[in-house]
Parts: sequence; structure tokens; C-alpha cells
Amino acid sequence: MTDRHDLTPLWEVFIRPRNGLHHRHVGSLHAADSALALQAARDVYTRRGEGNSIWVCRSADIAASDPSFAEANFEPADDKIYRHPTFYDIPDEVGHM
Amino acid sequence: MYSQGLIGADSSTTESEEFLAAFQARIDREEKIEPNDPMPEGYRRTLVRQIGQHAHSEIVGMLPEGNWITRAPSLRRKIALLAKVQDEGGHGLYLYSAAETLGVSREQMTEELLSGKAKYSSIFNYPTPTWADIGAIGWLVDGAAIMNQIPLCRCSFGPYARAMIRVCKEESFHQRQGYEIMMTLARGSEEQKQMAQEALNRWWWPSLMMFGPSDTDSTNSDQSMKWKIKRFSNDELRQKFITATVPQAEYLGLTVPDPDLKWNEETKLYDHGEIDWSEFKAVVSGNGQMNRDRIRDRNQAWDDGAWVREAALANARKRADNQHIAREAAE
Ligand SMILES: [Fe+2]
Ligand SMILES: [Fe+2]
Repeated sequence: MTDRHDLTPLWEVFIRPRNGLHHRHVGSLHAADSALALQAARDVYTRRGEGNSIWVCRSADIAASDPSFAEANFEPADDKIYRHPTFYDIPDEVGHM
Repeated sequence: MYSQGLIGADSSTTESEEFLAAFQARIDREEKIEPNDPMPEGYRRTLVRQIGQHAHSEIVGMLPEGNWITRAPSLRRKIALLAKVQDEGGHGLYLYSAAETLGVSREQMTEELLSGKAKYSSIFNYPTPTWADIGAIGWLVDGAAIMNQIPLCRCSFGPYARAMIRVCKEESFHQRQGYEIMMTLARGSEEQKQMAQEALNRWWWPSLMMFGPSDTDSTNSDQSMKWKIKRFSNDELRQKFITATVPQAEYLGLTVPDPDLKWNEETKLYDHGEIDWSEFKAVVSGNGQMNRDRIRDRNQAWDDGAWVREAALANARKRADNQHIAREAAE
């Protein structure tokens, strides 16, 4: 059995398709360190011009929200229609607003 | 795909009726299931196994074609084949990552492949004696893979579906480069045409077996369909593949090696002759022509790469220690 310490860590990969856009999560890979993770990400995720910039971070460093709290977290946003522009009645005569 | 309708899966599950019904309702609403969502144990186990078999197939699938990289007949063919084989390695990695989101480790999956415990598609246990086999693989094997993988882009498990979308985008060049090789041979000398025909004869039936056992014998299909892991039955996909491929063979002027192949005016599909399932079972259980070679080659690649993995980890640890010391010194 392999010792935990000897496992090659998992990294999450983010790629920016082009300047002006966000880096976007594209997948993950194993690598010993960040330099090798970047190199592997280049080989695995950008073989067809998918981007011009790569971020990697250790998967273990990501904090994620608990899916069992998804309702409590996100449903309150559903009934706050006054956060959207269409909630407000502005006569057509006013023109585009 | 390459999971062949799943070899030896067990989708049994022990959750309460309410839990299963709530899960099924999510599936029926076409909601995607993400890694941390609650899911039946049978769903998780089925996916770990299917995605694992699929990943192993991509990795082992590099071997039959790798056999011809150094002997490709031109530079154009060589760069195309190199790029294709590299893609297959990438497909394996996307898929291993998708399986890892379900809690299985890469090390465990690798160990299972190397020990021969894990299954992979039977198709990669056939040899590639001539250059025409490379054409036939791209055309037929990647063609069958595409047929199977397109519906998997809508699989209910998010990470698998996303990996499949990437894979499908990359597959179509694989099939086209294979068909182009076949076309060149079919329009060449008598000997070249003969070589193309023989490759078609070798790969036709094994390609049909890639879709897995016939629906009447495929025990696990129903549950997988209900959970929307798969969307079409093995036989449906097989017939679709045949119907798409027969005209392509005709265009090449080659003959599909099935005397019972017949157009069915009613279904608008081709009916095919009897598949030799005893051959399929033999290959799946380890007695194909190349099973032993494939596992030996994977083990050798793994062992030969050990020093690289060890050195990279040692270097990473040393740099982490140095940073630690530098930080302490600065305090
Ligand atoms: Fe592939
Ligand atoms: Fe492929």
C-alpha cells in the first residue's frame, strides 16, 4: 500500500480562453508540484488553442459549500424579485432605462 | 463506450425507498448529479466502474496504434498518428479525473489496471500487423467510440458528461484520419486495396463487439438506462453504427465481411449476421491475442517511469522544506 505522503497531489486547472475573459475551471490532474502541474495542464488541456493563460491550485486547498445547505444558501435569492430591473414600473414614455 | 455496456457491474443498492425515489425524481427532471450530491451507492459504484473501464481503454488504446508511429509511411501520417495517440492519453486523464471525483484514487485505478483486475475494451486486445490496421482502427474503432460517446455527453453524472464533451470534440479528427488512410489504400495498387480489405475483415466484428453484449444478455442495462447513465441500448447503438458505416465501406469499394448483412426497409437500418459471442467472452476474460502483451507493456511503462515520479516528488518535498526553513529564518 502506498503511503499517503508518496501520492502525487491533485490540482485543479483553470484556463483563460483569451484576454478579456475569466479563467475557467476545465478539469484536474496529478503533479508533484506547481511547475509540473502547469506543464501537464498545458499538455492535457491546451492541445487545440483552448487558451493563453493557465492557473493551477491544489484541490485540497479549495473550500466548497456544502450541497446539503444548497437550499438554505441559494433559495432566498429566488423570491427577491425586487433585485431585478423588471420589478420596477417605468412608463414607456420615459424611454430606455 | 469503451466500457462495453459495463463488464461485470453490480448496480444493487440498499438505500431507503424515499431516498431512491427522490434521487430518481432528480434524474427524471434531467438534473445533473454532481460529485458531492447524495447518490445511491449502486449509482456511484456503477459509475466508478464504467468511467474506470473507459479510462483504462483510452490508455491501453494507445498501444495498438503506438506500434506504427515509428513506421508511418510519411511525415504527414506520422504527425497525425502522434497527435491522435496523444489525444487518447488525454482522454484517459480526463476520465480518471472524473472517476476520482467519486472518491476512488488514481493510484487504486492504476493498480487495478496493472494487476489485470480492471477490465478495458476487448477491442485493444487485437494486433495491428499492417499499416491498414491503423486506418481501420481510426475509421471503425473511433467511429464506434463516437457512436457510444455522443449520448454519454448527456449522462446524468456531471463530471462524466463534461469529460465526454471534450472527448467528442477531439474524436472526429481521429475517425477522419483513419478513413483517409483507408481511402488512400483503397485507391492504390491491387496489393494496397487487398491490404485495406483484410484490415476491414479483421476489425469489423471486433468493432461490433465494442457495443457490448446483446440486449437480451446485458443484465445491467436497465438500471443504467433508468439512472440515465446510458441513453441507448447496446443493440440500438450497434445498429446505428452499422447503418452509418456500411455506405462508407461501399464508397471505399470494400466489402463488409458479413454475408447476412441486409437492409431492413421497415426499420431503415441494416440487420446483421450472428456475432461470435464466444470470441467476445474469451477476449474479455483475458484470452485475446494481445491481452498479455498489453498488460506487460503497461507495467513496463509504469516501472520505467518510476524514477521520474520519485524524483519529481523528492524535488517537490525538498523545495517545500527549503521554503519552510527560509520562512523560519526570516521570523
Ligand atoms: Fe479516445
Ligand atoms: Fe479516438
